[in-house]
Amino acid sequence: MKIRATQAIMECLLEQEVDTIFGYPGGTILNLYDELYHYSEKITHVLTAHEQGAAHAADGYARATGKVGVCFATSGPGATNLTTGIATAYLDSSPVVFITCNVGENLLGKDSFQEVDSTGIAMPITKAAFLVRDAQQIPDIMRQAFAVAANGRPGPVLIDFLKNVTAPDQMIDYEFIPWRENRSCASMRSLNASHQLKNTNINQQDVDTLREMIAEAKRPLLICGGGVVRSRAHNEFRTFAEKMDAPVAITVMGGGGFPGAHPLTSGMIGMHGSRASNVAVDECDLLIAVGCRFSDRVALDPATFAKQAKIVQIDIDRAEIDKNVLTDHHIIGSARRVLEMLNEGLPQYDHTEWKQHILPLRAPSVAADSAHLNPQQIMETIRLNTPEDTIVATDVGQHQMWAIKHLHFNYPGQLLTSGGFGTMGFGLGAAIGAQVGNPGKRVIHIAGDGCFRMNCHELCTVQHYNLPIISVVFNNGTLGMVRQWQNLIYGSRFSQTTLDRGPDFVKLAEAYGLHGYRATCLQEVEDCIRQALACGTGAVIDCVLDMDEMVRPMVAAGSPITKFLLD
Amino acid sequence: MKREFNTEHKLYTLCILVDDTPGVLSQVARLFSRKGYNIESIVSGATDKPGITRISIEILGDELMIDQIAAQCSKLLPVKAVKILDEESCIRREIALIKVRAADRLARDEIIQIVNIFRAKVIDVGKEALTIWVFGSQSKNTALIEMLEDFGILEIAKTGTIAIERGRNTIYDNNKLQEEYDYGKHVL
Repeated sequence: MKIRATQAIMECLLEQEVDTIFGYPGGTILNLYDELYHYSEKITHVLTAHEQGAAHAADGYARATGKVGVCFATSGPGATNLTTGIATAYLDSSPVVFITCNVGENLLGKDSFQEVDSTGIAMPITKAAFLVRDAQQIPDIMRQAFAVAANGRPGPVLIDFLKNVTAPDQMIDYEFIPWRENRSCASMRSLNASHQLKNTNINQQDVDTLREMIAEAKRPLLICGGGVVRSRAHNEFRTFAEKMDAPVAITVMGGGGFPGAHPLTSGMIGMHGSRASNVAVDECDLLIAVGCRFSDRVALDPATFAKQAKIVQIDIDRAEIDKNVLTDHHIIGSARRVLEMLNEGLPQYDHTEWKQHILPLRAPSVAADSAHLNPQQIMETIRLNTPEDTIVATDVGQHQMWAIKHLHFNYPGQLLTSGGFGTMGFGLGAAIGAQVGNPGKRVIHIAGDGCFRMNCHELCTVQHYNLPIISVVFNNGTLGMVRQWQNLIYGSRFSQTTLDRGPDFVKLAEAYGLHGYRATCLQEVEDCIRQALACGTGAVIDCVLDMDEMVRPMVAAGSPITKFLLD
Repeated sequence: MKREFNTEHKLYTLCILVDDTPGVLSQVARLFSRKGYNIESIVSGATDKPGITRISIEILGDELMIDQIAAQCSKLLPVKAVKILDEESCIRREIALIKVRAADRLARDEIIQIVNIFRAKVIDVGKEALTIWVFGSQSKNTALIEMLEDFGILEIAKTGTIAIERGRNTIYDNNKLQEEYDYGKHVL
């Protein structure tokens, strides 16, 4: 059947069961947006204030729903505005298909208006970047792009269509093939031949070797990494941890992979890890890291990391093995499949003595102090006043660490945070994506004042689509995490980190047609949260904090993991 | 047991089979440049399979670094196979075209003698210069170039090194390492 090229693009989205797109139109992508007009009943488009917001929203949507996110943008500045969002998705292995259009073939490479080498820019921050010069390739490339984004270690993919490819008179042969059946297409067969779409042959011998290592271990420690979240292996991981009877340290990306309040949780690991987790790393004799790449924020000093332990890495990506930390054993495969195999017939172990040594080291709770706002208390108040399945999107910095340390995440997609790339301004976009993908759930956005300022223009998106997102701004009038480093490492020379400036976030919220609240003491925080939950629209709660609050504990970059700079 | 990696800096050859698509060379080369490594030589050419190109890269580095780049390389969509070859396990050859000054008959004769010793060939003769073709290992070619320096070298063009494994083994072999790369690729 012959159909318009743009129609084929829309049909290919429908093949993948895409019903939501985030994006921003422009000159070269006009043809695609014109086609979208005809598809408005089948595909909802969320228009953001800025392409970066759209990229984060598609990313947040993907993380929260487990589906592939889709984001549209135009050529040139549209494409470059996406790049921070693409890199954020890449570093955190989030499956998003970014679709941009470029100038026409006759203008390509001539420094034309709004022209940039989008695929060249995207190459280092995507799993694949396709430049489509021939309309007939559209179905093949669209199908491959979604397969690449979603399979194996997920990640972003860019498709850049030349404008002439999307011209209204471009007709191509097309047949609708639902994604479950498209493995038989020639293009998918060749892709599968070189890069297996599904890894089914996990090495049984590797699994058996790990079982033997487990049987010998006296002081085992598990690390729950982002791979557990991405493969939705939380149930398998929980079974594994309970059978192992071992403490579980959770990375930033692993939040939601293992219940935050589970008796085996030893807390976060790494630079701001709990004493329990970091000491456990130092003293364990077997370390099993699932879906964790030992980044420099976890294995701060690779040479001394888990120096008494045999290190085992379970990862889907061969290139992660021995990359940052040399391992004693590894299993390559999706966390879920490997854990399923491991759990089968795994005996119940008992490591009471080791647990009793480690788990009491978890952070003690701070005593109530109603006069002055304490970040931990704000987090507890949020936790106690919101539904248990509330999705939390954070920005990056102190508030991010406080949120991850003091809120509890119980399922994959409950915590949305830029762990790898550390993108300030990620939170609000991600919250929008999460709320659009989960209309029935409560979404809370936790930000610092610095981060909030970076992308707060997306409040207009919150208002326009009537998304009941509550942004809680930890407003300490400073770039808190950087100030903390300046305080501890740079002799309190606070170079360019004091943010003593507007806007008034309450008025800003009101200017966008949302509710704004300010809290200066704990009681007010609770009142504001209650009002915000009931107000029916999006809301901003400005929590005024002391600028010298610190994230505790802290280990300096590059230091041995138990050499705490701050307790 | 942790894997032991040879930390000595030596010359490795990375052979990569790729789909012949636009941008594939820069995709591969980028993996080296992002770490600030300098590629000694890079050659891209056809293979026995249509549509498949073989890229040979020579790089000075340690085993861990080569291993990681190979693993990352095998994840790229157009990449079909990756093989790491070191000095002992492979044969390496390069071609050089050398334009050398030959001012008079005496110089010409002398150059031709040297060329014969090295089993190279004179492929262009002019009144003032000769162009010589030499095929061999890098050390042989370098030795010839050194001998010719006395006459005055005008220009050199080299292909860079291509390499192939000794014995029956080929890049297509499905060994354990290859299997692991395939796993990793299921990046896909």
